[in-house]
Amino acid sequence: MSFQHLQISPAVVSYRRVDSPKSPTCRPKYPQVNTVNLHRSWKSTKVVAYYGLTSPPFQLDALEPYMSQKTLEIHWGKQHQSYVDGLNKQIANSPLYGYTLEELVKVSYNNGNPFPEFNNAAQLWNHDFFWESLQPNGVKMPWGGFLEQIEKDFGSFSNFKENFVAEAMSLFGSGWVWLFLKKTDKKLVVAKTSNAINPLVWGDIPILSLDMWEHAYYQDYKDDKEKYVNTFINNLVSWHSATARMARAEAFVNLGEPKIPVA
Amino acid sequence: MSLLVDPCCCKTTLTSSRFFGIPTSAMSMRAVFAKNKTRGLGFGLRQVRAMQTVTLPDLDYDFSALEPTINGEIMQIHHQKHHRAYVTNYNKALEQLEEAIGKGDSSKVVGLQGAIKFNGGGHVNHSIFWKNLAPKKDGGGEAPHQSLGWAIDTSFGSLDNLMKKINADGAALQGSGWVWLAYDKELKNLKVETTPNQDPLITKGQNLVPLLGIDVWEHAYYLQYQNMRPDYLKNIWDVINWKYASQVYKKESA
Repeated sequence: MSFQHLQISPAVVSYRRVDSPKSPTCRPKYPQVNTVNLHRSWKSTKVVAYYGLTSPPFQLDALEPYMSQKTLEIHWGKQHQSYVDGLNKQIANSPLYGYTLEELVKVSYNNGNPFPEFNNAAQLWNHDFFWESLQPNGVKMPWGGFLEQIEKDFGSFSNFKENFVAEAMSLFGSGWVWLFLKKTDKKLVVAKTSNAINPLVWGDIPILSLDMWEHAYYQDYKDDKEKYVNTFINNLVSWHSATARMARAEAFVNLGEPKIPVA
Repeated sequence: MSLLVDPCCCKTTLTSSRFFGIPTSAMSMRAVFAKNKTRGLGFGLRQVRAMQTVTLPDLDYDFSALEPTINGEIMQIHHQKHHRAYVTNYNKALEQLEEAIGKGDSSKVVGLQGAIKFNGGGHVNHSIFWKNLAPKKDGGGEAPHQSLGWAIDTSFGSLDNLMKKINADGAALQGSGWVWLAYDKELKNLKVETTPNQDPLITKGQNLVPLLGIDVWEHAYYLQYQNMRPDYLKNIWDVINWKYASQVYKKESA
């Protein structure tokens, strides 16, 4: 799975051709990117990397009966693939070449005035994140420290579920519902976003998501959004993933006072 | 008796020799109006009466009449579930709006605008959409002639060009929305516009009249075309009812 994502981050490789210096007056209108070139003695070979389609961490029929194989074949196989293909086409000759996907989402958002690449990049990232948020035969609720955090920020686990469903039902149009960690407030929050927007663009840390675009549920639930959302929150959530993301998030956000033992 | 309307908070006060200065609720005002129906009371009182609710309009054709372009299952769910939900929720929002106006709760009035725009827009847009479609046997797909045909040739070069533009704009629309052929009453020309979600065409310009609207929400095509929105747009021209668009154009451009 990891080899399908062949991306070369600027942090990893940063060779530049020495025999053709970039003109100092040439300033791209996008932020500066590093291009990747391997320098050979008499010829140079350009290595070009593209974004790839990652597979969901389960077989396409594993989420039945809650999410059918047919839905996943179209949602992943065609829709998600189209975002990958669309983005690679856009990036091929764009100054935005060379970012990791997460960086590209933030850069192309451009503080609310998104570049054309944003939609494909963000939807690509969103769907990668979404597949990892689903789990066949998952546990029904979180446990331990994560559950404590949810109870702290929402009152109770069922309050959180109600909040989540209410946000999903009040979304007008296409979008997503997120459980994410707000860095500034240091708490978990549930919020909906339109179209491709995700909490990364606000500088926050997503923990779980639900795709509320009609293509995510129309095949299985037609117009019954409420049934889809409730089925997700009760049967399909990967609390393992959420817990792992939460653990990683705590490296960036201090959620409480450290327990310093008194001598 | 006379009615004073406080412009700041829409509170209405019924005044008369006996009832001077007592604020009246919407309910009791309705009772007054009912009694004084035949007398014009002034101050735009009719706007404060019970809000007119909307109903789901019937289709002029069977659900399966547009096959194979749009299948019967989509038409049935689209009309019976989606459009009906917009109608229901719009009426609900109007009820809540009336209550909020009656109470003078400005925050609530403004807070309801989102639901009104979405559900009301959904009702308006879909009502136009059903008229924009017709089975082939009733003229669906027949090219426009006379004044609309000439106007299209003038504005876009040819009907083909117009179709290409609408298809391109419709396919490029991110998320959910509509693509329109609009008539600008002020500039007296045709143009192609898109609106997001359920925003009606008028949000793009007060002078714009919708001649043709194509729903590019996924619910309009997903069951049949899946993610291939361009194919849906290419095919829908077979069932577009140009007769209706021509009627509207003739009326507005007169």
